[in-house]
Amino acid sequence: MTQEESPVSLHDAPSRRLNMIEAINDALTTMMARDPDVVIFGEDVGYFGGVFRATAGLQAKFGKHRVFDSPINECGIIGAAVGMAAYGLRPVPEIQFADYIYPGLDQLISEAARLRYRSAGEFTAPITVRSPFGGGIFGGQTHSQSPEALFTHVAGIKTVIPSTPHDAKGLLIAAIEDDDPVIFFEPKRIYNGPFNGYYDKPVEPWNRHPDSAVPEGYYSIPLGKARVVREGQALTVLAYGTMIHVAEAVCREKGVDADIIDLRTLVPLDIETVEKSVEKTGRCLIVHEATRTCGFGAELSALVQERCFYHLEAPIERVTGFDTPYPHSLEWAYFPGPVRIGEALDRLMKA
Amino acid sequence: MTERPTHAGPLRGNLPPLSLHVPEPRFRPGDIVDYSHLPIPAAGQQMRPDEGCAAADTHPLCNDLIRVLDADHRAVGPWDPRLDAETLRQMLRTMALTRAFDDRMYRGQRQGKTSFYMKCTGEEATSVGSAFALARDDMVFPSYRQQGILIARGYPLVDMINQIYSNRADRLKGRQLPIMYSARDFNFFTISGNLATQMPQAVGWAMASAIKGDSRIASGWIGEGSSAEGDFHAAMTFAAVYNAPVVLNVVNNQWAISSFSGFAGSERATFAARAVGHGIAGLRVDGNDVLAVYAAAQWAANRARANAGPTLIEHFTYRAEGHSTSDDPAAYRSAQEREEWPLGDPIMRLKRHLVALGEWSVEAHEAMDRELVDEVKAATKEAEKNGTLGHGLHHPFHTMFEDVFEELPWNLREQSEQAMRERRIKWPDWKE
Repeated sequence: MTQEESPVSLHDAPSRRLNMIEAINDALTTMMARDPDVVIFGEDVGYFGGVFRATAGLQAKFGKHRVFDSPINECGIIGAAVGMAAYGLRPVPEIQFADYIYPGLDQLISEAARLRYRSAGEFTAPITVRSPFGGGIFGGQTHSQSPEALFTHVAGIKTVIPSTPHDAKGLLIAAIEDDDPVIFFEPKRIYNGPFNGYYDKPVEPWNRHPDSAVPEGYYSIPLGKARVVREGQALTVLAYGTMIHVAEAVCREKGVDADIIDLRTLVPLDIETVEKSVEKTGRCLIVHEATRTCGFGAELSALVQERCFYHLEAPIERVTGFDTPYPHSLEWAYFPGPVRIGEALDRLMKA
Repeated sequence: MTERPTHAGPLRGNLPPLSLHVPEPRFRPGDIVDYSHLPIPAAGQQMRPDEGCAAADTHPLCNDLIRVLDADHRAVGPWDPRLDAETLRQMLRTMALTRAFDDRMYRGQRQGKTSFYMKCTGEEATSVGSAFALARDDMVFPSYRQQGILIARGYPLVDMINQIYSNRADRLKGRQLPIMYSARDFNFFTISGNLATQMPQAVGWAMASAIKGDSRIASGWIGEGSSAEGDFHAAMTFAAVYNAPVVLNVVNNQWAISSFSGFAGSERATFAARAVGHGIAGLRVDGNDVLAVYAAAQWAANRARANAGPTLIEHFTYRAEGHSTSDDPAAYRSAQEREEWPLGDPIMRLKRHLVALGEWSVEAHEAMDRELVDEVKAATKEAEKNGTLGHGLHHPFHTMFEDVFEELPWNLREQSEQAMRERRIKWPDWKE
């Protein structure tokens, strides 16, 4: 963690080793206790505690009027959240898989995202939509998608994607406190451990990773602030979510002295950190799991070209998922893993 | 956080404060289960209106339960479809085969041969009974638990298993999650992993059949949980507006993963009663009574084919197993529910009926079960020759890029070459 983003005392705060699900659960517990206006609802989130257990124990602790199951209707889930927000609540609905968010898009794009603008601030939508996203769990095309670019394209929605338990808690708290609608995508492949893309090797659990140390109690990580995962001189890696760990592992394996930037928030984007890094290294690799065409990488690439052109010593590289639906049996051929990233690193370093 | 108003509104006399109702199922893990609150009318007591009747004439049936098989295993009342013994034995065999198939595939998933599986245990009658009543060329828009229809239509088990294993012989090229079949030759629409989308599609297919002056009808399938989706209500509206030749089936198996049917509205009205407000025919049927299911499906199919309009059928049944291999129902419902379910098991009920008729025996049933186990086992062995998930015998890499569009655009061609290059780097000795 860099210094400006955290209270001085955070490093010394008592912490526990948590995986990402536990950290999210901890953030929700913290905010439920802190703010009586926070309510949580969605499919299977109540008694059962969510299909990924992110809301486990919350209904027992805070009651059925603040944590409850919903009908299977994503349009209703998000539309009801907009109405609750209009009343003055701070809803944190869950969409069980990002792949299932589309029936709620009208309520998100035409409504939540524009309430503030169209009512000149009379009404706002301080909603945080949590949703697991991304592949690598043999979920096929309906449990693997990374639709973040659909949301970053919409004016009025913030998009947040954590890559560690520490960040998941602090960013989720910031998202809940934010007065604008936030899409909070949770990379489900790293719920239980920092998967690094080497799918044929056993996955390490979170408790061996330094960023699984999650401070107890309340803290927030400001939206719009990137994290420098690793400082380096050779090139800049721009990534988020699962791909942070994959990029880190490949750079380590290849001995590339990379400056790795975890964007954490796609909108608003921490453009200063991006510019500073690319100006330093002169080379830029962008990595995301989502499909390539019009992916968020295209925006990043355009920004870097527009703002850092005279510092660039090589063409910008994008490593992404392929422009196909997520296949089931060929999941690992699809996933932008070590070989694809490694080739891009080689090209960047040779240029 | 910005300043927010306090939420206390004005007091209104001595009115109590508002209070949110959140549904709660009757039984949770460890609870003693007692279903005596469920009204289960006697078999044979339900009137059977003419298939061309006014929709409103069916509406009393939306709050009743069409039942044919009685407590003494006889088929009784106006809904008895009077099927011959050979047809009954075929239905029994198809239901038993579906169950044997589910058992084997579930075990296969547990043994690591695939990633996922979904059983339909306890619900076999809903799909098998309907499949027997529909014409083979009627189009089915299934949800994910209608494997009984595919099996009843004679789709090869080996092809189903190839799909489940996502192997080299999978007709869907390993692209889809297991059980998301597609079988155009069997008039079985490609299954979506997204819920409820198939319902307006079923209506649209039926509208097309009417536009073209065809004689085929469509049948759509959805669970009670996903009947909460807007797609279901869109389907009902379109079906009513265009009087579409379609049968819309809601399989009410009481549970949508951990959410009981109350979260789809069952505390206020039956699912069949959704037909009332739309002014279309509605039937509510004992989903564990395959004769009642057959009779209701036949009634609705005849009605649709006679241009008399759509029918909504609620199949009242019970999901005896977990939602899928990724689910553990012990965490949210009482294990006693399955044993106490008052409508029994669909296979046992038909078996006892056939035995009571003198057309079947316990010995014959046991022999049939052994045969079916062998049949599924043989199909499994055959499919395993084509590989199981993750054991290398998948479809060639280039197939990943096919069918995104009719023709491969430049970017996918480049990405396909990239995928091949990655494979050569990772496995230099690979041969396609």
